[in-house]
Amino acid sequence: MTTVPTDLDRRFRAAAASEGLLDVGYDLVDSPVGDLLVAATPRGVCRISYDADPEAQAERLARAYGVRVLRAPRAVDAVRRELDEYFDGRRVDFDLELDLTGAPPFTRAVLGELARVPYGEVTTYGSLATRVGSPRSARAVGTVMNRNPIPIVLPCHRVVGANGSLVGYAGGLDRKQALLRLEGASLL
Amino acid sequence: METVSLPPFERFYNDNRDAIYAHLRRVVGPDAADDAFQETFLRALRGYDKLRHADHLRAWAFTIASRVVIDLGRRVKPTVELVEELGVSDSRPAYAELEHLADRLPGKERAAVILRYGYDLPYADIAAALDSSEEAARAAASSGVRRLRKTLR
Repeated sequence: MTTVPTDLDRRFRAAAASEGLLDVGYDLVDSPVGDLLVAATPRGVCRISYDADPEAQAERLARAYGVRVLRAPRAVDAVRRELDEYFDGRRVDFDLELDLTGAPPFTRAVLGELARVPYGEVTTYGSLATRVGSPRSARAVGTVMNRNPIPIVLPCHRVVGANGSLVGYAGGLDRKQALLRLEGASLL
Repeated sequence: METVSLPPFERFYNDNRDAIYAHLRRVVGPDAADDAFQETFLRALRGYDKLRHADHLRAWAFTIASRVVIDLGRRVKPTVELVEELGVSDSRPAYAELEHLADRLPGKERAAVILRYGYDLPYADIAAALDSSEEAARAAASSGVRRLRKTLR
């Protein structure tokens, strides 16, 4: 069986991305906290997932953003570069366009506040709730953190319980701890 | 709302790239195959989100590849025998004429008729395109032709 040469395959994927024909381009990015599936639309980064199963993720992305979903390293070059710098300790905040299409207003507001929590510092669910003007919504904020579509870049690992406990993390507490340690955050 | 359950393009591409590449190497040779391959899938990508159904995606990919080959000027001309026989030929090329005529045939017959008589593909390739045996490809083409004759007379 004749198979497509790797180089030709790579060229096609690059051309698809540079000609702007994709609803979503994605790739796997390796990191100290495991392989990450990173996806971007023409509007910006739309997904970072610790569940690096490309088949399942491609289905999900197609439903959310359109069927022209292709693994295309070029489409996520900027994200890959910034993530590499972050994990090398050379970057303290991200300079990336994000695509939060479809996120309801409360989610958007919470993620917007989350984006302002500085590198190496932690805040609490309650404090984030207060900052979006719903002081009693700590639990709802927790849910938004748990479903954060763009972890690391939107730093939900910097959100902890009122007593300083790590509480939870969609990617697992080990990863939350690893990210906070990388940032030199002081934990209880 | 109409729901079309097309697979993500990634899956369509993975499922079909090797068959299309093998086909293009046979038709235009290894040197021209690379460009034809890239052009085929870029065109597929441009049309993919406008597809109205997810049937016979491989045949669709072969149709695009065949047209790319014609556009590259690698092929003298597609067969016109069926179009002439049906007596409805105008100035359009055979494949365009047939795509129009065959529009109402069932998917598999339509694909077989267009690939055989529009693009002059051998039955081995049509079988690959339809993901079926050569006999099934022949059968689909001939019942498609019978149906066409009936509707046009």
